[in-house]
Amino acid sequence: MKVRVAVVGLGKMGLSHLSMVRVHPNVEIVAICDTSKILLSIMEKQTGIACYSDVHQMMKETKPDAVVIATPSRHHESLVRLALESNAHVFCEKPFSLNWAASNELASLAESKGLINQVGYHYRFVAAFREMKRLLDLGANGTVSHVLAEAYGPVVLRPKGKSWRTKKEEGGGCLYDYAAHPINLLSWFFGTPSAVSGTVMSTVFSDDTDDEVYGTMLFGKGPSAQISVNWSDESYRKMTVKITAWGTAGKLYADRQEFHAFLRNESPQIDGYTKGWNLRYTTDLTDPVWFYVRGEEYSAQLDYFIQCIVAGKRENVNSFASAAETDHVLALMIEDATQGRVTSGVPTAVPPVRKKSFFRG
Amino acid sequence: MDRLLFGDNQFFGVNHMSEEKARAQSLRFRDIQAIYEVLDAAYEEGVKTFMCTTHDRVEEICDRVRMHPDKYPDYQFFPCMPYAHKYANAATEEGIIGAIRRFSPEEGFLSAAIRGGVSLASKDIDGIVRLLIDAEMKMFHNVKTPVIFLQNVVVDFVLGLGMTQTFKVFADHVRSRYNAEPGFITMNLPMLVPELLRLGIENPIVCSNINKIGFRMCGGFKAYEETLRDYKFRAIAMSVYASGSIPADEAIQWVCTQPNVESIVFGASSRTNIRSTKALVDKYWSEATAKNSNV
Repeated sequence: MKVRVAVVGLGKMGLSHLSMVRVHPNVEIVAICDTSKILLSIMEKQTGIACYSDVHQMMKETKPDAVVIATPSRHHESLVRLALESNAHVFCEKPFSLNWAASNELASLAESKGLINQVGYHYRFVAAFREMKRLLDLGANGTVSHVLAEAYGPVVLRPKGKSWRTKKEEGGGCLYDYAAHPINLLSWFFGTPSAVSGTVMSTVFSDDTDDEVYGTMLFGKGPSAQISVNWSDESYRKMTVKITAWGTAGKLYADRQEFHAFLRNESPQIDGYTKGWNLRYTTDLTDPVWFYVRGEEYSAQLDYFIQCIVAGKRENVNSFASAAETDHVLALMIEDATQGRVTSGVPTAVPPVRKKSFFRG
Repeated sequence: MDRLLFGDNQFFGVNHMSEEKARAQSLRFRDIQAIYEVLDAAYEEGVKTFMCTTHDRVEEICDRVRMHPDKYPDYQFFPCMPYAHKYANAATEEGIIGAIRRFSPEEGFLSAAIRGGVSLASKDIDGIVRLLIDAEMKMFHNVKTPVIFLQNVVVDFVLGLGMTQTFKVFADHVRSRYNAEPGFITMNLPMLVPELLRLGIENPIVCSNINKIGFRMCGGFKAYEETLRDYKFRAIAMSVYASGSIPADEAIQWVCTQPNVESIVFGASSRTNIRSTKALVDKYWSEATAKNSNV
């Protein structure tokens, strides 16, 4: 069976998805859509794929079975709705939408229509995080009391750059771009947080958006969690997400490449794991993919989406509903960041106003 | 091509297995003198080809080779372009077209085209590709670059998108302008090789993971075996140890018996490792050659 797929939004993520999904054995690409005429002219000449600048026209004329949406975040909501109303299965880039109430509504719409719905939180397809999820579910490190969820990388390293990613109202900023990933993993591991507090969203270089996000989360009777995210950290060569979970029976740690488990039990009763330190490499845990461009997880999540369609499988590890939960948490953090704090009386430092000068426009 | 090529991941903080190892390497090679010492050791052990990304620091290495032609008479570079991180970061900041524009030497032309909203003719696109190649090749003036590679992230991205005419533009330009053989690095060998041949790129040099356990050999181990056996191309094996999963002796012995494999690219941080790898390759490759000539 060939799934007829259209890709909307040909930025970095859209082109990356297109390159993987086009050569998937169960996929036929029927159309691509973007607003950049110059890009479409290149794509049309070089790939021969039907190109559209009007998404309504594309949906009407090509009637795709599934749509991959990778536009700037603020367009997700309307495009996902359009695709669902056209009875297409949808893979949407993260964050799902900038309005969590709308995210929930779209999740219900997709479910009511029986359409496969998935959001591109690709860390759920990284073998080390999957192994962490497996061990947490097995209770390998006992009752988890605290979690540290981190993400660092070199995205904004100087006060410049203009794209939708630098505009707050378009879903730019470190919270939606970076922090969304570890927060989404926390929900996968521990469910929806019952409360957020102490959220700090501050700027390092950007004029309009946050470059750092810190905060606390509570998971009901479960663990507390600390979030630490900074996309202005050049000491990392590329984006790095790490989760550490302390429990009564040990500590678990995962990043993209490694999974570590320190287990206190004499015989942990988990295949291949022993008391003390255990180390697993993603390279050993990862299943092969049909096509590799930039990491197995990107290929694997698209394959999963396509296989769900082919098999008519309704449960999705990255469903709209799960991504809506993350959107909700992000909204709570924004709200919390503007709340009053317990104060000491010492005046809060006000960030210096950047003065215009001959040297800095 | 030499049997053994020296890679550069260890110098630039790249380790597919562990960020901690990558950081330790990055610290060790912070001072370029430490890189020179390892490169000199490799040269003295007879590993005279440096297969390297077009990373900023490689320019200093080129300078050194240019300054001491008597010391490195046989030294050659196999440049691998582009250094993808700089494009990826620029694309995050400015979009795809913005990134191309930033690194294109003739920025004005592309900017005007974008502002004017005109569509580009195929010859214009080919022209931009050639300009980008020339920009990456600048640092290698007056050093030997007999093979020039396109990096796997670009090769596989272009292959996936189906924009493979670009490979032909790359091959033709590298041959005519730099008198070099075009090379292609890929994680998808069984899909790439037939496509290169279809494009009329004869006997292409293709570098990919080739290891006994099938680590990151997309399309599957069997498809790799068939491609190596059935197609006319020149293979370079990388990740022969599968990130340390296969013992060196076993790994090299296996690779040396594979058909069509002409070279192995490897990284090492010490003379001892370079010497032992060289010894293994010399041993098993001559054994394999002797066996083949007896048949």
